Amino acid sequence: MAKYLLLKHYRGAPAPVNNVPMDQWEPDEVSAHIQFMRDFADRLEESGEFVDAQALVPEGTWVRYDGEGRPPVTDGPFAETKDLIAGWMVIDVESYDRALELAGQLSAAPGAGGLPIHEWLEVRPFYGEPPSTTD
Amino acid sequence: MLDRVAESQWDEPQLRTLVPAVIGVLVRRGAEFAAAEDAVQDALVEAVRVWPDAPPRDPQGWLITVAWRRYLDAVRSESSRRHREVRVEAEPEPAPGEAADDTLRLYFLCAHPSLTPASAVALTLRAVGGLTTRQIAHAYLVPEATMAQRISRAKRTISEVRLTEPGDVTTVLRVLYLVFNEGHSGDIDLAAEAIRLTRQLAAGIEDDEVAGLLALMLLHHARRPARTGTDGRLVPLAEQDRSLWDTRLIAEGVEVLQNALAHDRLGEFQAQAAIAALHADAQTVEDTDWVQIVEWYDELVRLTDSPVARLNRAVAVGEADGPRAGLAALSELNPGLPRYTAAAAYLHERAGDRAMAARLYAQAAAVATNLPERDHLTRRAAQLNAQLRDAL
Repeated sequence: MAKYLLLKHYRGAPAPVNNVPMDQWEPDEVSAHIQFMRDFADRLEESGEFVDAQALVPEGTWVRYDGEGRPPVTDGPFAETKDLIAGWMVIDVESYDRALELAGQLSAAPGAGGLPIHEWLEVRPFYGEPPSTTD
Repeated sequence: MLDRVAESQWDEPQLRTLVPAVIGVLVRRGAEFAAAEDAVQDALVEAVRVWPDAPPRDPQGWLITVAWRRYLDAVRSESSRRHREVRVEAEPEPAPGEAADDTLRLYFLCAHPSLTPASAVALTLRAVGGLTTRQIAHAYLVPEATMAQRISRAKRTISEVRLTEPGDVTTVLRVLYLVFNEGHSGDIDLAAEAIRLTRQLAAGIEDDEVAGLLALMLLHHARRPARTGTDGRLVPLAEQDRSLWDTRLIAEGVEVLQNALAHDRLGEFQAQAAIAALHADAQTVEDTDWVQIVEWYDELVRLTDSPVARLNRAVAVGEADGPRAGLAALSELNPGLPRYTAAAAYLHERAGDRAMAARLYAQAAAVATNLPERDHLTRRAAQLNAQLRDAL
């Protein structure tokens, strides 16, 4: 088994095919989308492939060390930041192909008009553990 | 045989109710709190293993005996503590009436002001609530090792504390309120656990704010079945199916509150409970006595000067005196307040300005701090935008 991160972006990913802001959808379409996401996580739990899913607030702060005895420097949030992560799902699957298959299913979440959003998701493999047997 | 069946019915939640008294007995015999607490946890594990096949005649006595033995074993294994062992073995048995005091002392200790709120919550759930570290970790979605560390640090912090004078009950109430508001995730229902612990506290102490908090919890808990739709969505108060409200809990909450209010020593929890009681009292949303609710918010603002209370008051004013009055009250507050934008959206919707409301709901969704609220606000924006499209 290998772990993969399916990363969802507020900004920074190529534009999805069905790109309408959520508050412009029909109310039923909003509900259908939320239901799809819940069902998707439930299915992965049942199949034994679910590890974690989290969603992030669309605003964050940049922080860095500013030297001994000084409070850290903070900056942002930057409206112009190119890349803004919206959340992730961690899966533990048999193969890379399975990770792609699941990401494809997740990207088909219904959006405006009840049609798939075709959202771009980033699939990132985790570093694994070194094998115990090396000959 | 009947005895055996009856006694073997001790389930885990019942077992947990014995924990504070047993810790209290050990502490009274001279055990340090941290060591006593560990010993009782060990005894609980043993009880869960042994009781199904060999139920004890006196469950509490059994736990005291086993915990005390575990405690002595632990003390004996540390040679540096040998002098203490001599002292504790000579300690007399507590009188039966002291058990309630022991439990109370434990509440104060676990909510001691030297602890951070998160530590006080964890320690209270373990030592007063009798939950295992694993259960607490699961409820707060942190690794078990992290929660174990938090609890042992908390125990170290209070190891120097000697409760010579009565603690401040408001710190205990704050901890219980935090537990209640955490809701529930995993196999432990934290809201129900908070009610159990507050009920137990109210039984041991004459305090109108303890009663007020208990009433507040009961009245909110009564509405829980109606608060979430079948698909997990948040259902706002105005749209809840009131036939799903638990009338038994409401009746109990109202009674507890009325007894407290009769003493005329008002506090913030009684005021909040009074507002919850007025909502609970309305058969339909139209029956809600908003004028009285605004008066209670005035009291709450007077008692706490809390910006959140002012925000909720503005929404209530919108119901009592119309949305324009609500917006006027809102305009005096800091727009950076949590839920300010959501409240503004709601009041504009009530005032009939759907375009403005839709825009504000979408903005409010972007700054929501939890997903059910974000989804609810997004859905509201979508509903209004759909109505606006249809009206074209």
